[in-house]
Amino acid sequence: MDLIPLYVSLKLSIVTTAVLTVLAAPLAYGLSFLKFPGKSFIEALINLPMALPPTVMGFYLVTMMGPKGVVGRMWESMTGGSLLFTFLGIAAASVVCSLPFALQPMKAAFQKIDRRLLENAYVLGLSRTEAFFRVIIPNSISGIAAAAILVFLHSMGAFGILIMVGGSIPGETKVAAIAIYEAVESMNYREAGLMSLCLVPVSYIFLLLVNKLNREEF
Amino acid sequence: MALHVSIRKKLKYFDLDIAFSCQDEELLAAIGPSGSGKTTLVRMIAGLEKPDAGYISYGDEVWFDSSQRIHVPPQKRRLGYVFQDYTLFPHLTLRENAAFAAKDRRRADDLLDLFGISHLRDRKPNRVSGGERQRCAICQALARNPRVLLLDEPFSSLDFMTRRKLREDVKRLRNEITFPIVYVTHDIHEAFSLADEILPVVEGKIDKGWLQSTISPASSTGAPAKAVRAPRLALAF
Repeated sequence: MDLIPLYVSLKLSIVTTAVLTVLAAPLAYGLSFLKFPGKSFIEALINLPMALPPTVMGFYLVTMMGPKGVVGRMWESMTGGSLLFTFLGIAAASVVCSLPFALQPMKAAFQKIDRRLLENAYVLGLSRTEAFFRVIIPNSISGIAAAAILVFLHSMGAFGILIMVGGSIPGETKVAAIAIYEAVESMNYREAGLMSLCLVPVSYIFLLLVNKLNREEF
Repeated sequence: MALHVSIRKKLKYFDLDIAFSCQDEELLAAIGPSGSGKTTLVRMIAGLEKPDAGYISYGDEVWFDSSQRIHVPPQKRRLGYVFQDYTLFPHLTLRENAAFAAKDRRRADDLLDLFGISHLRDRKPNRVSGGERQRCAICQALARNPRVLLLDEPFSSLDFMTRRKLREDVKRLRNEITFPIVYVTHDIHEAFSLADEILPVVEGKIDKGWLQSTISPASSTGAPAKAVRAPRLALAF
């Protein structure tokens, strides 16, 4: 069995999870605690990848990241290279598409925090930022962990968007899901079966963990 | 120095319009039926809510003045606020809670000692009783050396015996405290046993008549309309 696609998948999932855990926390904070005009529009926009076919997302991302797209041109003027068909390109696509999966559990966890705890923190002299790190984050650990696991699993399972943005370059953008698809296409069922079998227990165990985290409360 | 409050705010069912002063070392008990605006009053002193008009000051420091558009945020007022029920941080031990905003950790330890809960210092709030939690909340508020202490029905969710013990604790504490205390309660007995001054608050206004009618035995016959609407306060203990 070719282990490289599994390695690429794992790398992609870890990168996406790391980026999103950091990125989604302040976003979830803004959506749970701040009032600003157009909030629901922004929230719906962020959640759009959950509701659209991956190919639609893939299409827009390819257009944006391509040599004529805004992001593609900026990237090319900065680095001289292209984002399409690179690991970085699929990582960026994966971050965009997994964002709702990070946001939802974090938002739920933040909203569960008693407002009076925050008010107490403010009266005790904490700024909003300090309260975020000293009160909100430590009391949302299980929500944040659930978010991280969901993102990890979702990026493990991404397929359509990755094949559109990254193609299938071995060692670079050919993730396990694509390798399985190609193995089936070339009638190599043994290879496809083995690789599929590798993914099932991982996903199952992580989902059990999510359930446990959701049940856990202070 | 003294805390001066004179504020107005439009609430859903009535207008809050209250003025009072509370000197250093003085304990002022704001008493009245539930929903009379007492909690809103302390929240405005703390800076958690904004009055529509008026001023709030302590000494020569102005915390709120609508004519000068001053509204000092709660972070900058440096006051102690003990909420109605448990607002200890659930992820921290009692010791960490008490020292949460303290400049000096030893002060927090001393307070835990004073309130007789230092043996529980390494427990999380969900592993101690309600009374112990509220004691710790008072330690937390005092440990940062506040300039004014606000107690918003701090013992109302506790059982009778615990309340009585805590009331004694607060009495003892008063010898140590050099700043004004505003104590909100709906328990007349508590107010009379602790307060230097009593501020009866009914539907957002100071109403001395209500206090009279509540404590006089004649109130059951010729009570004014407001006291009929407000439940008679229990004097059972």
